[in-house]
Amino acid sequence: MTDFVSYVIDGLPFGCVYALVAIGLVLTYKTAGVFNLALAVQSFLSAAVYYDLKARHDWPIVPALFVAVFVVGPVVGFILDRFLFRYLRSAPPVARLVCSLGLLVAGPEIVILWFGRTGSVNPPAITTNPDRQYHFLDYVVSQRELAIIVTTLLAVGGLMLLFRYSAIGLQMRAVVESPRMTELSGINADRVGSFAWMLSSVFAGLAGVLVAPLYVNVASQNFLFLLIAAVAAAAFGRLSSLPLTLLGGLLLGAAQGLLAAYLPSGSVLANGLRPGLPFAALFLLLLFWPGLRQRRETVDPLSGVDPPPPAPVATERSRALTIATRVFALVAIGVGSFFVFFQLDSYWLLIVTQGVVYATIFLSITVITGMGGQLSLCQATFAGVGGFTTAQLVDRYSDMPVLLTIVIGALLAAVVGGLLAIPALRLGGIYMSLATLAFAFMFNAVLVPLDWVSGGFVPLRVPRPVVGPVDFASDKAFLMLCIVVLAAVSVLVIFVRKGTTGRYLAALRASEPAAASIGINPARARVTALALSAGIAGLGGGMLVTLHGRANTVFFEPLFGLFFVVIVVTLGARSVQGAITAGLAFMLFPEFLDAVGLSASYQFIFFGLGALTFARHPEGIIEFQTRKSLTFIQGLLDRRKGPPATSAPGSPSPPGGDGAAGTRQEEPVR
Amino acid sequence: MTLLDAEEITKRFAGISALDRVSLTVERGELVGLIGPNGAGKTTFFNCLLGMLRPEGGRVVFDGVDITRLPVYKRARLGFGRTFQRVELFTGTSVRDHLLVAERSRRGDGALWKDLLNMGGPTAEELARSEETLELLGLADFADKPVESLSLGRSRLLEVGRALMTDAKLLLLDEPSSGLDRRETASLAETLRQVQQDRGTAVLLVEHDVEMVQSFCARTYVLDFGVLIASGPTTEVMSDATVRSAYLGDVV
Repeated sequence: MTDFVSYVIDGLPFGCVYALVAIGLVLTYKTAGVFNLALAVQSFLSAAVYYDLKARHDWPIVPALFVAVFVVGPVVGFILDRFLFRYLRSAPPVARLVCSLGLLVAGPEIVILWFGRTGSVNPPAITTNPDRQYHFLDYVVSQRELAIIVTTLLAVGGLMLLFRYSAIGLQMRAVVESPRMTELSGINADRVGSFAWMLSSVFAGLAGVLVAPLYVNVASQNFLFLLIAAVAAAAFGRLSSLPLTLLGGLLLGAAQGLLAAYLPSGSVLANGLRPGLPFAALFLLLLFWPGLRQRRETVDPLSGVDPPPPAPVATERSRALTIATRVFALVAIGVGSFFVFFQLDSYWLLIVTQGVVYATIFLSITVITGMGGQLSLCQATFAGVGGFTTAQLVDRYSDMPVLLTIVIGALLAAVVGGLLAIPALRLGGIYMSLATLAFAFMFNAVLVPLDWVSGGFVPLRVPRPVVGPVDFASDKAFLMLCIVVLAAVSVLVIFVRKGTTGRYLAALRASEPAAASIGINPARARVTALALSAGIAGLGGGMLVTLHGRANTVFFEPLFGLFFVVIVVTLGARSVQGAITAGLAFMLFPEFLDAVGLSASYQFIFFGLGALTFARHPEGIIEFQTRKSLTFIQGLLDRRKGPPATSAPGSPSPPGGDGAAGTRQEEPVR
Repeated sequence: MTLLDAEEITKRFAGISALDRVSLTVERGELVGLIGPNGAGKTTFFNCLLGMLRPEGGRVVFDGVDITRLPVYKRARLGFGRTFQRVELFTGTSVRDHLLVAERSRRGDGALWKDLLNMGGPTAEELARSEETLELLGLADFADKPVESLSLGRSRLLEVGRALMTDAKLLLLDEPSSGLDRRETASLAETLRQVQQDRGTAVLLVEHDVEMVQSFCARTYVLDFGVLIASGPTTEVMSDATVRSAYLGDVV
């Protein structure tokens, strides 16, 4: 029994830190409706600042702590609120999640630009003698651990007092429902919101500084792990109850302590489960924890005041311009192909081929996010299902044609996607995205290391297919194959968008109650979307392992899944061109950075920050620029033709500048 | 057989009785009104009929089928159509496409494999049916315009059209005249009457516009604080003393 309790105590410090970050998450979620994934970066930043001041510049503890947590934290929180998330209050929840995802991707690299990637070993604690041991009954706790526990209890206690007994606490709760309506009653919603953000940042910063000494060095991956565990704790608290969130964090920490002690250390599964516990916990909580099911996204009653987002460009152009664009695209492809096939050396050939394969994977994001309006953060994992299946089949059945294994891999990925969708759908919106996040990390931590998935330490080999006389071991031939596959999938995606599934998904995105009222089954449409999306990603994954000749686990890591979403969303999640451009950009941008002498990590900064434009331009950069140039060209053409005598009924009126104006002509009130 | 039979619907929200054993019937092709002061529970009742809320007690039987436990989209398939208090259109489509989605849903024969083979576009039949409905609503001139460009009155009509496309046997209209002027309200009432004549659709109307209810509904129910305080032929109900003091006002 004493052993049991001491293992629990071992896990408590982590549990406390999870709880602190989780509380930060709940604070901004409740007051601003923003699920701030970037808290991981804020924790990292505070830990980095503390390390810098204390270990590198020898500041004393109290000033260093004060600056790292109570200055840097709130300043960053204030900036995020004031200059970014405030403008997203009426944006759909997906947009806010995309923005915080962009920050999560870009943030760590920005911090590393200043802090450096190395030279941060032995992070200091916040007390003078962290290794000193204290004895309570039969149990031993270090000063470091005790400091964490005590600080957490003080912080949470203080917060609860604030909520219960202060005006600002009540105001924070009012702002959740409708910032605009709160303002109508005279409360400065902006100020209340900023306060909540700063408070949330303090909690995250505190957690960062407290947890840093529990690791070997100050590295951003540790804080990502911290975030996911915190999400699990927040889910336990149903994203609304602070005491339950605290309890969730502590339970999670305790469970980790117990698991570390009681699980056999030999088995691969156990080795994966230990770090994978928070992910598995989050996943199971999201799927089965009862309180979450009834939760609805709060809808601002005044949100209908904003104009709707512009329709995709493809629906707005005149016929002539559409044909011209298509011809132009074909010419560009022709020239590009010539260049690629006859001028490039094998290095660049490989780059372009990878670009094409990633474009195929990215089309899966076009389906689930562009069409389905859902943010799925596990597309890399679906690709992995396809890739590993291909590799395993080739390994076990050496006479099975490689192309067939790729197809089977895609089908299996589709099944996995469909199965994941069924429980995740009840959740909807942000919970579904969190479930995909949990799935990605869980799959990577627990399943990937297993022999029957990735083949263990040595990646499985995959030969190139041989179809009749064509041996795709030739890189050029394989590139042709990849292009054919990409073209086929693109066409399929366009057909689906024009067809029933696409229309149902568009209706659901616009108004789920209205769609249900005409008999559309929301669950079926979304399961179809995720299954199709997973299948496409799986197909790409199979192509990827075949291209490289090995099923390397690195290709399918969860962080890639996050980065994929960010790239596609920045460039254009709603169109096939967006996905294709994203695939090529993913491969070519690092080369470009290399050419101008910047490190490859700048791509995370660039695309991560690019995702911040999603709220204003959900159609992405490509479509936005296309619309602008088309509007410009159409304007030129119209001016050449001379002013029209009357607008024929049913024809779109000439857009006067911003395409959005063209779709919103107001009917005169008679 | 009665088309809609709601028996003893009871709905509580954390101790507050929003609806207390409310019963209501609608016959085929009938035009029925549901009136009452704000907060009486009219929209709550609607939402219980439609499946968006689960009542604590009571049954809803539609066309002989007990639909009390069915999800929203299944009720729609059985013949419920509805409009919303705040218009909920599928933004980003044209008026015609809007109706086509509803028509496709009615047919229920959209499958993924058909989409993949590019057989997912609108068929001639679907187009013909939506043209018919557009004519009926007087929206034929706006067929290719984006829905965001419609005025409120026309948006309401489009919502009605969308509900009709699913072959609704019963239309549930939630304050359709709110935000419309007299002419638009009269035009809407006229369209609904025509729909009833052409297609035999029954209508259950929640309304504040007493004139519209009087001219339009054969029977009316009155709800106050979650309880039915009167029901019967509209003229009788309108002159009932209890109804006057609770809602209509005592000025004759």
